[in-house]
Amino acid sequence: MSTTVLERYDMRIDTEDDIILVRRKVRDIAQSCRFDVFAASAVTTAASELARNVWTHAGRGVARIEKVTDDMRMGVRADFEDQGPGIADVTRALAGGYSTANSMGLGLSGSRRLVDEFSIESTPGRGTRVTFVKWAPF
Amino acid sequence: MKGTIPLLRLGSTIVATIHTELRDKVAQDFQDDMLTELELRGANALVIDISGLETVDTYVARVLAETGRMAKLMGARTVLVGMRPEIAATLVRMGYAMDGIQTALNLEEGLTLLRRRRREMP
Repeated sequence: MSTTVLERYDMRIDTEDDIILVRRKVRDIAQSCRFDVFAASAVTTAASELARNVWTHAGRGVARIEKVTDDMRMGVRADFEDQGPGIADVTRALAGGYSTANSMGLGLSGSRRLVDEFSIESTPGRGTRVTFVKWAPF
Repeated sequence: MKGTIPLLRLGSTIVATIHTELRDKVAQDFQDDMLTELELRGANALVIDISGLETVDTYVARVLAETGRMAKLMGARTVLVGMRPEIAATLVRMGYAMDGIQTALNLEEGLTLLRRRRREMP
């Protein structure tokens, strides 16, 4: 099944306030896709965790927030990319409770549990890219 | 008071209503104000009302738990009230345990809980 992008927003994460802007954009799209309050809270929180990870670990990065459809349902796709220090052990980071900065350990593992599709690529010294999709519940 | 989060005194309890999105600076000012008020007013309890918050991520949850630990060092008990159902679901689904902080459904229940505790501990 192919995914079509209906709306796309490229946002910068340079300051702490940008985390709030990313979160608001995700919430707006979730509401326009008729997510219920639980799903909207889940996707907004996941975006908040990942945007904060970018700001905390890399200092800056970019977020691409999209409203998508696979012709059956509507959803939110979010992509976070930074040129920060990267994650040496992705498997361990995803197991939760692991962190190199201020017990942020649940950011990655927790946000993965809140969404439907989740992928992460990271190269130590080069950066990290995390993408997720959450579909509107039927 | 240096922060933007209002603190209200109700008897020996300080009630903080968080109506704005927490950022590092806002969170620190709130914690500093709260500790100063506890000492100034001789308060022994803190109620944090988060019914105005739409999102609580692990950062905000950590700030709230930390605030409770700070109050505890000043001899005050903290009750977190007004968490929305979807926030409770999201935090638990993420695997976050809100350890070390008492909770109540809403402000009224929170104040009742504190009154009951005070009667139990003369």
